[in-house]
Amino acid sequence: MADTAPFLSLTGVTKSYGPVEALKGVDLDVHAGDVLALVGDNGAGKSSLVKILAGAHPPSGGEIRLKGEPVHFASPGDALQKGIATIYQDLAVAPRLSITENIFLGSELTRTIPGLPGLHLLDKRRMRREAGALLTRLSVNVADADTPVERLSGGQRQAVALSRALRWDARMIIMDEPTAALGVQETRLVLDLIRRLHAEGRTVVLISHNMADVCAVATRVAVLKGGRKVIDRGIDGVDADRLAHMVMTGREG
Amino acid sequence: MSTDLSQTNDVSLRSLRAALFDSAAGQLLLAFASLIVLVAGFGIASPNFLQTDNLIGILQATAVNGVLAVASTYVIITGGIDLSVGTLMTFCAVIAGVFLTYWGYPIGVGVAAALICGALCGATSGFLIAKMEVPPFIATLGMMMLLKGLSLVISGTKPIYFNDTPDFPVIAQDSLIGYLVPSLPIPNAVLILFVVAVAASVVLRSTVLGRYIFALGSNEEAVRLSGVDTDFWKIVIYAVSGAICGIAGLLIASRLNSAQPALGQGYELDAIAAVVIGGTSLSGGRGTVLGTIIGSFIISVLTNGLRILSVAQEWQTVVTGVIIILAVYADIMRRRKT
Repeated sequence: MADTAPFLSLTGVTKSYGPVEALKGVDLDVHAGDVLALVGDNGAGKSSLVKILAGAHPPSGGEIRLKGEPVHFASPGDALQKGIATIYQDLAVAPRLSITENIFLGSELTRTIPGLPGLHLLDKRRMRREAGALLTRLSVNVADADTPVERLSGGQRQAVALSRALRWDARMIIMDEPTAALGVQETRLVLDLIRRLHAEGRTVVLISHNMADVCAVATRVAVLKGGRKVIDRGIDGVDADRLAHMVMTGREG
Repeated sequence: MSTDLSQTNDVSLRSLRAALFDSAAGQLLLAFASLIVLVAGFGIASPNFLQTDNLIGILQATAVNGVLAVASTYVIITGGIDLSVGTLMTFCAVIAGVFLTYWGYPIGVGVAAALICGALCGATSGFLIAKMEVPPFIATLGMMMLLKGLSLVISGTKPIYFNDTPDFPVIAQDSLIGYLVPSLPIPNAVLILFVVAVAASVVLRSTVLGRYIFALGSNEEAVRLSGVDTDFWKIVIYAVSGAICGIAGLLIASRLNSAQPALGQGYELDAIAAVVIGGTSLSGGRGTVLGTIIGSFIISVLTNGLRILSVAQEWQTVVTGVIIILAVYADIMRRRKT
């Protein structure tokens, strides 16, 4: 049965912050290979849902199943270990570290020097090489993997954050407003990255306010309104205008 | 023509300024050049300055301050600050005194006790900062006062002398290099500073711990979201820094052949000054141990040189203050560029 179970399945998930009910019982299935867009107006519960999926916040109630098995994410690191990586728009990278250092943050490669078995030194050369390979795989051209990330454009930073997720071999990648601060060219780069992830068979959950971007890459769309999921359907036949209407009214018609 | 020339001049000046102030290497070079200028200047101004005894005095003073500054470097690169390094140094010296003089343990035990004590106190600061979310400035200010008080209480406000362990003062005062090269009687304390600096530099540049020191100072949230246990690593970093303060405590106790419980406050400011002068950013994420060592030498050469020129103590403090402000300003200028 495990093969047909959704990659990630939420049942009756609630989240309260004190008296405020951000999520009022959300059921959501994310199937392997989906590019699922989570849309909704401000305050609809998108951020709360993302934080629960990412392991940053525990849900107040309900159940999460990963490939059919109940799971509990204790921390973002825990979710990462289980194959779920989240890319936050602002918090994704450490600006003063280099591209390589960011990609390997939290999973540094080390080597030992012969004769000094206790001493683990960073294997900088191997990390630089593998970082270059990862970026090439995403078709991102960066001249020098030692460049500090603070010198990169917004889209390139997303690419670095994505490379880190791939480095963890994440099966599901959650992207929170990946195109919000980007120009046209940069947005195209990020959308291409999402298509490439989809082509590799990875699962993507995309949170976005940009309906055109959503329609360009998503395979499915879930609309949140007032802490509930009101619509969950394939992207076929949905264009940006209709999607915006769905977000505002909460109805498909 | 003349305007053209002045413009070219202006451009090359600007690029020179950019090269010096904007890059880490430039900052190091600038600090090193300042040190050379200072040494040369004082050497010309006073014949006493370049006397061997005086130079060795400078080295001795730099050994203690330099080790403390190395301890501060780690913490400052994480974007934190440690005001307790000076009184922690004293507290570790007092603990060594308690083990060696009060309880009569062998030297090795006293040394280990001082280092462990430093690591535990540092870990306590780290715990306050990471787990209880007390701002580093306040947490370490509290530790500074607490440790100062404890040193005075434990010692009964009197110095603890190491008269029963004649080998203890030898640690810092003897000269291993002097045995090998008699014309170079460089005290062991300087050798220890050198070893501490090299080890600290390797850890900072080539280990996972060092990587997280930089990463925490660059974007702590990103580190946490990368699955790194940031609280744990912060406590480790403050503990390592504390253990290095323990080394400084042993050096100063060995040099004075006593643990002076009233000493220590004020050392943290010299340490922070040395770190900043050496090009480490107070906003975190950037810095080198080499810069810190150069910064320590600048501070002790200044202190020593001004004293030799009979500049009043009050004015020495004024000069140090001005230099710290200039160094921080250089850091801000550099940050604005990127």
